[in-house]
Amino acid sequence: MIDKRVESAAEALADIRDGSTVMVGGFGEAGSPIELIHALIDTGATNLTIISNNCGSGEVGLAALLKAGRVSKVICSFPRTANSTVFPELYRSGRTALELVPQGTLAERIRAGGAGIPAFYTPTAVGTPLGDGKECREFDGRSYVLEYGLRANVTLIKGRRADSHGNVVFNKTARNFSPIMAMAGETTIVQVEQVVEPGSIDPEVVVTPGIFVDRIVTVMSPAHESALIAAGATYP
Amino acid sequence: MSDAPSNVGWTREDMARRVAQDIPDGSYVNLGIGIPELVARFVPQGRELVYHTENGLLGMGPSPESDDGDPELINAGKRHVTANPGASFFHQSDSFAMIRGGHLDLCVLGALQVAQNGDLANWSTGEPDAIPAVGGAMDLVAGVKAIYVITQHTTKTGEPKLVESCTYPLTGARVVNRVYTDLAVIDVTPEGFRLVELNPGIDLDFVQNRTGAQLLPTPESTLST
Repeated sequence: MIDKRVESAAEALADIRDGSTVMVGGFGEAGSPIELIHALIDTGATNLTIISNNCGSGEVGLAALLKAGRVSKVICSFPRTANSTVFPELYRSGRTALELVPQGTLAERIRAGGAGIPAFYTPTAVGTPLGDGKECREFDGRSYVLEYGLRANVTLIKGRRADSHGNVVFNKTARNFSPIMAMAGETTIVQVEQVVEPGSIDPEVVVTPGIFVDRIVTVMSPAHESALIAAGATYP
Repeated sequence: MSDAPSNVGWTREDMARRVAQDIPDGSYVNLGIGIPELVARFVPQGRELVYHTENGLLGMGPSPESDDGDPELINAGKRHVTANPGASFFHQSDSFAMIRGGHLDLCVLGALQVAQNGDLANWSTGEPDAIPAVGGAMDLVAGVKAIYVITQHTTKTGEPKLVESCTYPLTGARVVNRVYTDLAVIDVTPEGFRLVELNPGIDLDFVQNRTGAQLLPTPESTLST
């Protein structure tokens, strides 16, 4: 019987190791799997490389993970947002390294990694500091830079609903990086508000097929980053 | 340039309205953060445009009336938005396939500097203690069919933003097609900046004095009357 449900976020993350590369879904607070990130903090795992579009806000979720000193490197496209003070401090003091990647290149590197493509050429960033030093090639008279696929030991994402096979549907623009990160994680953990029986989700509307999901955690009423920050919350 | 009267030139809303006039019916358009966002308010009646926001929505509508929007329905600037009838959601790889694959007709962006050859700098001043952040700007200029810039003609301290060559790090090389400022509309051509339209009441010298590169005159006399 296939049933990917686990009892808790703590159980889902129990085997994570120091030095892991972790992909974290979300664009700003939309799709940020806050409860899974907090469980990751609880494991004590450190020296992590985080791949995510942003670096969190306030002192909850991703920003709390950074604040706890667990992250040695971030691969992202937009590390500063309103209310983000944790990452700028870590970056300026040299405690967390940054690999800045254009958003579409980040997405395609993740997709490629999950799809078994080791590298690809893209026109993005040609002639800019983010393209400097990269292998360059011309196709039909236009220049492209070589970019490498990304994979992760663990992927943490948030969906709306899943069945016990791990077929997932998302909520609006919370989908963002989650489907491609699900493909690129050796172990992909999804938190959803509701787990339903196989067959309850129309196969025509499944966004992430269950083969890309390993563990499902139910979080019935997930927190929103902005609400936590407004309430003055910090974690732990 | 400190002699520039503060009431001269188009407002941000005027600039956005002017851009909107030039967007053809049926276009798929990505609007950048800041003044470009205002463009959506001024689409002339009878035209239907489809707005793309790179975090994963085509058919983006305006911000919700009340403040209780869905925190998971946002635009690239992380503001609450709505989804119009006919909208679709998709993941990041699909979103940037639309961008890089040349499926979008137009992108309207802000700028720190635009060079006369079309180089754009809009993501970093390159200062050592700045936190670099790029988002989707480099992908947009690499893939969208036409790139319009909407910007004040000069910086707050009066420095030209239209220049011979950018001193800030580039977002893309030779990517800008047209610039809308508070003073003029200017095309980027193989010969350099070419004036398309002057703000009424401003003469060419006034604009040239605030531009860091040669402004070529309008080919035929289409100056505003």
